[in-house]
Amino acid sequence: MRSQSRKPARAFVAVAVAGSLLAACSGAGGGSSDDKSINVLMVNNPQMADLQKLTAKHFTKKTGIKVNFTVLPENEVRDKISQDFSNQAGQYDVATISNYEAPIYAKNDWLHALDPYIEKDKKFEAKDILTPMQVSLSGEDGKTYGTPFYGESSFLMYRKDIFAEQGLKMPAKPTWQEVADLAAEVEGAQKGMAGICLRGLPGWGELIAPLTSVVNTMGGTWFDENWEAKLDSPEFTKATKFYVDLVREHGEAGAAQSGYAECLNNMTQGKAAMWYDATAGAGSLEETKSPVKGKIGYVPAPVDKTKSSGWLYTWAWAMQKASGNADSAWKFISWASGKEYEELVGKEIGWANVPAGKRASTYENPEYQKAAKSFYKVTHDAIDQADPRNPGVQKRPAPGIQFVGIPEFTDLGTKVSQEISAAIAGRQSVESALEKSQKLAEKVGEEYQ
Amino acid sequence: MSAPPAAAAPPAASAQDPQPPPAAKRPALRAWATRAPLMPALVFLIVVTQLPFAATLVTSLFDWNSLHPDDRHFTGFDNYSTVLADAEVRESVVTTAVLTAVVVLVSIVIGLLLALLLDRSFKGRGIVRTMLIAPFLIVPVAAALLWKHVLYNPEYGLFNGLLNWLAGLVGIDDPVQPEWVTDMPLLAVQMSLIWQWTPFMMLILLAGLQSRPLDLIEAARLDGAGNWQIFRYLTLPHLRRYLELGALLGSIYIVQNFDAVFTITKGGLGTANLPYTIYETFYNAHEYGEASATGVLVVIGSIVIATFALRVVSSLFSEEVSRS
Repeated sequence: MRSQSRKPARAFVAVAVAGSLLAACSGAGGGSSDDKSINVLMVNNPQMADLQKLTAKHFTKKTGIKVNFTVLPENEVRDKISQDFSNQAGQYDVATISNYEAPIYAKNDWLHALDPYIEKDKKFEAKDILTPMQVSLSGEDGKTYGTPFYGESSFLMYRKDIFAEQGLKMPAKPTWQEVADLAAEVEGAQKGMAGICLRGLPGWGELIAPLTSVVNTMGGTWFDENWEAKLDSPEFTKATKFYVDLVREHGEAGAAQSGYAECLNNMTQGKAAMWYDATAGAGSLEETKSPVKGKIGYVPAPVDKTKSSGWLYTWAWAMQKASGNADSAWKFISWASGKEYEELVGKEIGWANVPAGKRASTYENPEYQKAAKSFYKVTHDAIDQADPRNPGVQKRPAPGIQFVGIPEFTDLGTKVSQEISAAIAGRQSVESALEKSQKLAEKVGEEYQ
Repeated sequence: MSAPPAAAAPPAASAQDPQPPPAAKRPALRAWATRAPLMPALVFLIVVTQLPFAATLVTSLFDWNSLHPDDRHFTGFDNYSTVLADAEVRESVVTTAVLTAVVVLVSIVIGLLLALLLDRSFKGRGIVRTMLIAPFLIVPVAAALLWKHVLYNPEYGLFNGLLNWLAGLVGIDDPVQPEWVTDMPLLAVQMSLIWQWTPFMMLILLAGLQSRPLDLIEAARLDGAGNWQIFRYLTLPHLRRYLELGALLGSIYIVQNFDAVFTITKGGLGTANLPYTIYETFYNAHEYGEASATGVLVVIGSIVIATFALRVVSSLFSEEVSRS
């Protein structure tokens, strides 16, 4: 550009302004180096929204540490965390990760080991944390890389009132075969009531979670310890067939599009007599406004060959390795995953909203017991019995109960779920779904052999 | 937009070269003076549209998985060959083509019928028009949710409720209750999109109808042409350009549609279109390189098809003109 008048100069100014604006946008929330404020990136679940509400009034008031929250939906959070942490940009000091990411991120050397802090911090009471939670958030090196914020397992929810009406009895520890028989009996007890609701919506976090827990207990696995894909093994096939047949014969209508939210809806509306899903569902079913409040019974996840089959999932706090405010970040983590915070939520918001499922003490608290009387014990046992390192009948090459703890699983699980969802819709047989899935899994397994 | 190849260059009016101005600097100066106010906009446009695309191009040449950060390296065109060899991507190309074609064509046909109705004057026309436009103004993801839960849901959806009610009138006890999305996944997505895009087509065609030369129609009527003949020989040729515009704009938007597929079927049951496949590659597989490569291919494909389509319609159009 030849500068011949004031006009181009003005254009030049405009460019400069535009450039600086862009720079300002990209630099927003850059690493804070003063020790009096930290940046937290978290998923937009209700428990996190409560935390955001309580932070300024309690945590910042007490410690003087300002907390800047960035809140995003699950997929976007995963993506943003992996971007920021992989570059070790240090933009976020603390982030919520799940037990799926914890070992993977730890292996990539993105996370700050928390053991030194946990040892020094008397108030944190590490012994109080439920063992499976602690295990699922540690890396291969045995160090702790996250502290749980809340956790869940899975169990079977059923309509006590309907079962009583029909003269049916739910065993204290049902097997999957018993559940299938009950589903056939109870179906149609009320007009339009399905025997059982099971997820059929594609997604590694939707259909795959309950299905994999059935596969585990029926003796199947995604990979054997040598990374051989086992999706076409007789056990995996049997479990998938069982699941698909059950949901096709006695499951909800529109099963191929039903996920957690749809099943919760069906159960609340009296459109299903049983529901096998996350323990978090109980909180919603027992809400004050729920029409089925008090009518639901809870029993452990149905089994076949194993003693228990509940899954394990948690959202946890992790610290970025490059964080410049490790001490302040720990103070926040310790506060957010501590006992006191649970009591604070109980008092300020309600005992039903407590981020439970991580500390033994929660389940001994009389206030919480009252709020969750019908399901707290079953939930506690389910989490306690979950073993992410040994969820089935054979050795596993990677941790995880309802998933395989490798980076490729989000993609593999989702692609396989598309095939099985199509089988649930009756568009293809279970065999052909698994045949295609096996090929996908073999490709992933080869990378690790 | 590419102009049709000029049939013949206009004959040069004068072969005389204009005299060069005495000061060559002044026009240049003046030219810059007129251009300058546009510069910020141009720069802004380049920054917000071309830079991201350039970044995508660069990314597509790398093997980059966000969960294997140490493994990032240049691979040249490997991502492209991976993508082109991927059966899933090929399927999603077909899905995208079918989805787009069906939605555009059906929307245009229904939109044309509605536009013809609205072209007449009747009481309450304004209200009817506003109501017909409403679907287009709804946020796409909200519309998709509405279709999924309020209409299609086999348990409490309006469609099955309607079937129930109708059956009750006739005295059938247990009417058929189809599982809409499971039984016809692609059609379910198409129906929701058609509902959203019909008003758009209707608006464009209505604008076309209202710009018809009425004296011509009057003349045709005097010559004894019937309604159908007027429509066939006057209205339709006049609407041709508007139909093309609607089809082109509609195609561009519907090829990129993501909300309906994401919400109604989660890409299951063979409804994954290209945008959804890219989303999965990016967010589920964390394969930034492959996702970018797919994106680049989609852009190239769209440009080629759009150019080709435009050529075809404009050549058809000029033929039509030269024949008449």
